[in-house]
Amino acid sequence: MAELNLTAVDKIYQSRGKPPVHAVRSVDMAIGDGEIVGLLGSSGCGKTSTLRMIAGFEDVSRGEIRLGSRVLNELAPAERGVAMAFEGYALYPPLTVRDNVGFALLRARTPKAEIERRVAEIASLLEIGDILDRYPPTISAGQQQRTSLARALIRRADLSLLDEPMSQLEPQLRAILRARIKDFLIEHKMTTVFVTHDQTEALALADRIAVMEGGVLQQFAAPADLKERPANLFVASFIGEPPMNIMAGEIAGQEIVIRTVQGEKAFTLPAQAGDRPGEIRVGIRPHRVRVGEGPLKGQVVSNQWLGDQTHLGIEVEGVLLVAVTDGTLNIGIGEAVPVALPGDALHLFDAASGAALRHGEVSAA
Amino acid sequence: MDRSNPVTKILRGLALLAIGLFFLFPLFWVALMSFQTNEQILRIPPSIVFEPTLSNYWALISGRLVSTAGVLEIKFMGNLWNSVFLSTTSVALALILGVPAAYAFARFRFRLSEDIAFTLLSFRFAPPLLVLLPLSLYFQDIGLTDTYVGLIWVYQLIALPLILWIVRGYFEDISPDIEHAYRIDGHSWWKTFTKIALPLARPGIAAAALLSFIFCWNNFIFALILASAGKQPVTVGALAFVTASGIQYGQIAAAVILSILPTLLLALYAQRYLVEGLSLGAVKG
Ligand SMILES: Nc1ncnc2c1ncn2[C@@H]1O[C@H](COP(=O)(O)OP(=O)(O)O)[C@@H](O)[C@H]1O
Ligand SMILES: [Mg+2]
Repeated sequence: MAELNLTAVDKIYQSRGKPPVHAVRSVDMAIGDGEIVGLLGSSGCGKTSTLRMIAGFEDVSRGEIRLGSRVLNELAPAERGVAMAFEGYALYPPLTVRDNVGFALLRARTPKAEIERRVAEIASLLEIGDILDRYPPTISAGQQQRTSLARALIRRADLSLLDEPMSQLEPQLRAILRARIKDFLIEHKMTTVFVTHDQTEALALADRIAVMEGGVLQQFAAPADLKERPANLFVASFIGEPPMNIMAGEIAGQEIVIRTVQGEKAFTLPAQAGDRPGEIRVGIRPHRVRVGEGPLKGQVVSNQWLGDQTHLGIEVEGVLLVAVTDGTLNIGIGEAVPVALPGDALHLFDAASGAALRHGEVSAA
Repeated sequence: MDRSNPVTKILRGLALLAIGLFFLFPLFWVALMSFQTNEQILRIPPSIVFEPTLSNYWALISGRLVSTAGVLEIKFMGNLWNSVFLSTTSVALALILGVPAAYAFARFRFRLSEDIAFTLLSFRFAPPLLVLLPLSLYFQDIGLTDTYVGLIWVYQLIALPLILWIVRGYFEDISPDIEHAYRIDGHSWWKTFTKIALPLARPGIAAAALLSFIFCWNNFIFALILASAGKQPVTVGALAFVTASGIQYGQIAAAVILSILPTLLLALYAQRYLVEGLSLGAVKG
């Protein structure tokens, strides 16, 4: 068990005849002993590249990776004490599922009875007990993925790297396994970095989440912080379902002037003492838009009942907003409703850099 | 397969029979000839009813060819041994050199890698004579003419490109992550190569080895020019049956049967690996 430190890590892929690909840009991350970290980001943002540098399958172009007191940069994968579950499973075709999972323990000279016990334990945890004697090419993608996950977890390594470990599983099983895997990781105090593009999975499993985009680490924080204090516009609109409403506007004197898409003045919101004049973006989560009371005049353009909540599309004085309310709302399309955007629910971002200025009443600095 | 009706089944059977006859009949006829004397073979009309004789085989094995013109010494068994020795050692050497090279070409993109691989392949489509003339001069200078070492070296021109290109394809089909998974579990690069990469590419290696063995075995021109009687393989040795007093059909037939026997047995043995190779889809990561 150990902490993992990435310091100014870059990955640049050089292939002859093609322009270099700068896949990871100056990433800093300090991951504590026993911490579970989720790497979250859209496809191609550099998540796998980051994991592969930690595992040792790709050179670190710049920067340093340390595990505990050891610098990993120049160590062979075998010497790093790291376990990994691969995006493409990478099972050994000539071995049964049982041998695939138990294989890594043979190397560590674990007694046979102990291997059997641990294989059985991890197999029941991941629901692969019934396919232990099958061969990888004969089982489904979801089963292969769980086998690959079992092969990584069974080692209880200093550091476990899981690349999209549950992408092929059906939703019910995924929810059950998430909880079990989390218990297992906590029980064995395993430092873990897992990659996902599913925010539910990241929020449920991780102690902290690292949001990446374009090779840049956007924010590394606890799930609640990502939601309540997004560091920039990207994180604000990436985290949360449905996504945060983002409006264009400007701070002018005591007012925030919100504009329509066409650039005309729509309505104003009160500014705060510390707000500096300038071009901004104003965000508000759909759950925080108050419908049925307030100073703004809205008109309903869509109304969807999703079983446990209602998604409303409301045009508020020329600006289209999404609002979410619990329970059914009997408002027909075209009807007028009053709307309020509470000051403590607003997130202000700098228009040029996208950096957060304040969350509610609290400055982001 | 199961939805075919009896008519297509019969048609397919007939087609298979026709193909089988077409390819196997000459072999069958040669096998029959090898048990007949020259007179029996040349009688008109030909007949498949005859009294079999082992005299052809006996002449080959004893090395004494008795014909109407007298007794001729031939070294057929020596030629056969040369073929076995030359082909086996050439393929073995080509495997030792070619398989690691194929792995390197499949896994690492280094400077000029494509050019080197292509140059090796180009040995296969250059006419052998083009290579042979300068080579025979050099071989005389450095004393490699008429030596096994020299021949095995030249046979690499046949075996090495085949092995390199076939095996490289197989290595490329194995997901590198399978090897990564093994390495990260604490194994060295070398162990990963021998325990994971080699076994997974085994069908390809077997196919490439068999093919290059057959190509080496059937080679004629290299040995004809670079070796004298003592080092020549069966392909060249068979020329001895064209004697001043005529062509010894019976002995040629027996020689043909003896000389295809090793490759035939090898092919039958390697068949299961080749079939394994066809189901390689299961190996891909
Ligand atoms: N071996 C490689 N050579 C060149 N470019 C690569 C290589 N691997 C990944 N990339 C590029 O690096 C970027 C990040 O890829 P990756 O780390 O796999 O993203 P993710 O796992 O987040 O989807 C992508 O633009 C991808 O095309
Ligand atoms: Mg990836």
